[in-house]
Amino acid sequence: MTDIFGILKGKPEDHDYEKKGVIVQGITGAYGSLHARNMIAYGTNVVAGVTPGKGGQKFENSVPVYNSMQEAVDATDAKISIVFVPAKFFLSAAKDALNAGIKLLVAIPEHVPIRDTMEALALAKEKGAVIIGPNTPGIIIPELIKIGIMPAMPFKGGNIAVLSKSGTLLYEISDALTNAGFGQSITIGIGGDPVNGTRLIDAFEMVKDTPDLEGMVVVGEIGGDSEEMLAQRIIDSGFNKPTVAYIAGRAAPKEKRMGHAGAIVMGTYGSAESKVAMFNKANIPVAKRPAEVPVLLAGKMEKSD
Amino acid sequence: MQLLEFQAKELFREYGINLLDSISSTNIEEGRKHAKELGFPFVIKIQVPVGGRGKAGGIQKCQNEDEFEIKYPQVMDLTVKGEKARAILLEKMADIKKELYLSIFLNRSKRCYTIIASNEGGVEIESVKNQIIKEIGLGDVSDDVAREVAKEMDLEGDIADQFVDTLKKLSKLTIEKEAELVEINPLAIMQDDTIMALDGKFVTDDNSNFRHDELQKYQEKTAIEEQAEKSGFSLVELDGDIAVVGNGAGLVMSTLDMLSDNGGKPACFLDVGGGATTESVYEALTLISKLDRVKGILVNLYGGIVRTTVVAEAFLKAYEDNIIDLPVFSRLKGTESDKAKEMLQDSRTKIFDSVEEAINAAVMGVKN
Repeated sequence: MTDIFGILKGKPEDHDYEKKGVIVQGITGAYGSLHARNMIAYGTNVVAGVTPGKGGQKFENSVPVYNSMQEAVDATDAKISIVFVPAKFFLSAAKDALNAGIKLLVAIPEHVPIRDTMEALALAKEKGAVIIGPNTPGIIIPELIKIGIMPAMPFKGGNIAVLSKSGTLLYEISDALTNAGFGQSITIGIGGDPVNGTRLIDAFEMVKDTPDLEGMVVVGEIGGDSEEMLAQRIIDSGFNKPTVAYIAGRAAPKEKRMGHAGAIVMGTYGSAESKVAMFNKANIPVAKRPAEVPVLLAGKMEKSD
Repeated sequence: MQLLEFQAKELFREYGINLLDSISSTNIEEGRKHAKELGFPFVIKIQVPVGGRGKAGGIQKCQNEDEFEIKYPQVMDLTVKGEKARAILLEKMADIKKELYLSIFLNRSKRCYTIIASNEGGVEIESVKNQIIKEIGLGDVSDDVAREVAKEMDLEGDIADQFVDTLKKLSKLTIEKEAELVEINPLAIMQDDTIMALDGKFVTDDNSNFRHDELQKYQEKTAIEEQAEKSGFSLVELDGDIAVVGNGAGLVMSTLDMLSDNGGKPACFLDVGGGATTESVYEALTLISKLDRVKGILVNLYGGIVRTTVVAEAFLKAYEDNIIDLPVFSRLKGTESDKAKEMLQDSRTKIFDSVEEAINAAVMGVKN
């Protein structure tokens, strides 16, 4: 099992405790540089950037840029990277990172071919590494470390874990939670692609035993059976922290891809009804609107008191 | 992208999968020529990128010229689940002994290709209890695995051999073209004991398009879809009267759900992507102005760090340039929203604090 907090924060005795280094792949591009700046502003310890052919430069006059992940890892010993390269170059960037010893790779690009994702996943498995994404907004421990493209504003430190397929819905629902007084211990965007490096069940395994965890929110959408698997896993594991779900796409027509590559219902595979039914079976209420999520969570918390 | 039946069959033919003779056309003059070449009787099949066409009357037997003149235009004019006919396929009648089912799909949670087969074909596979499901990894189906499936389907002798051959060809096609789903339903055993693919479904992984120039000829986009793609938007046309615009697929889906819950009918799903700028919103409004059925526009933007005044400018500019004259019901989450409201005070755009309020106003607004 992946010790996600161990990777992101480290141990109190570590010299870089709560300051783990992050390498930004594609740091000199418009998108990569914008978000590298935002991450640094949030407090993330960006220790290096990689852009082939641009080695030797300094990003913002302080972050060294390398030609390859091997050079960047050798120089910094970082175990985390975030990838901003165009989708068609994702696989080679991911290989470069995994072969250099990266243990957590956050894959931002949208439109990565499924076969490339699967190849990258096979290599990650071999190397004992974790990929989050592709097509993810990233991962954030509010007020500590942000590895992603999410705005800082919706998130606040606390004890609720939020797992989401969607980006903007993650912001929207975290915002609603924050306003209702529910801060977040961690929020993980798993991504809107058909194949996710970290599935909802994997993200659940990462957060379920967090010591101070008070509740969990799952933001799903039509397509695939990630939500159904998670509901089953919650039933099987006897997880009893207050949990609330939201599923987007109830009104979407079948066989149409709704923006995300993964958001498509084929027959009954991937339908909202199937997901809602499984969550109900797991005794997890499903909100009708994003704004209802904190209300249902508060209700669940009262009952469990 | 979901290919049409005749397009899927072109690929089947290329990979040597057995098919009946068939010809596709897009108008009755062409159709008449094909009818002569093919010879009566045959079946007229509507070509739409959705299922359920049989129930909608989109598959008709045709015995002679008189029937052809009546049925061809009938089928051509049908709408199946909102989809108009893209073409008509004329196909020879099949003399069927038994119908089977065969598909290979990308199993998203298992992260590998998976075979589904059944000796009950011709119906929706979800309704079939007797399914054989085999995970096959990322490579071609081996002879052994194909044999195993044939055996589990109780196929024997020459029919089993033909089935194995078909399955291996189908797997080669799936992997080489990076398909998400390839389905033959029904795969028929004919009276003469040959096996044939009577229907074909093929869903591509659009993200791998750049490696598959050979599939690009199958792209059938409307002018509006093409423009949306150029702008980096995702657009799905729907048949209601309220256009739904937002940033992020999940957020737009969520808005669609809430609108439907409140009795509104969405005219489209339009995701302008993660950010929201004056340009992207202006472009989105330009696109929507081309959909005749739209009576109102519902906008739901979660800006985060975006200034809503920037978005308000886009609305004002669109009215000024006469791009739209429709009412806009908008929820903009972001900074400077008071100022944005002020800017839009005398325009046809109303800004609301919550998406629920914007939806209620939109539903009421298009009624009047």
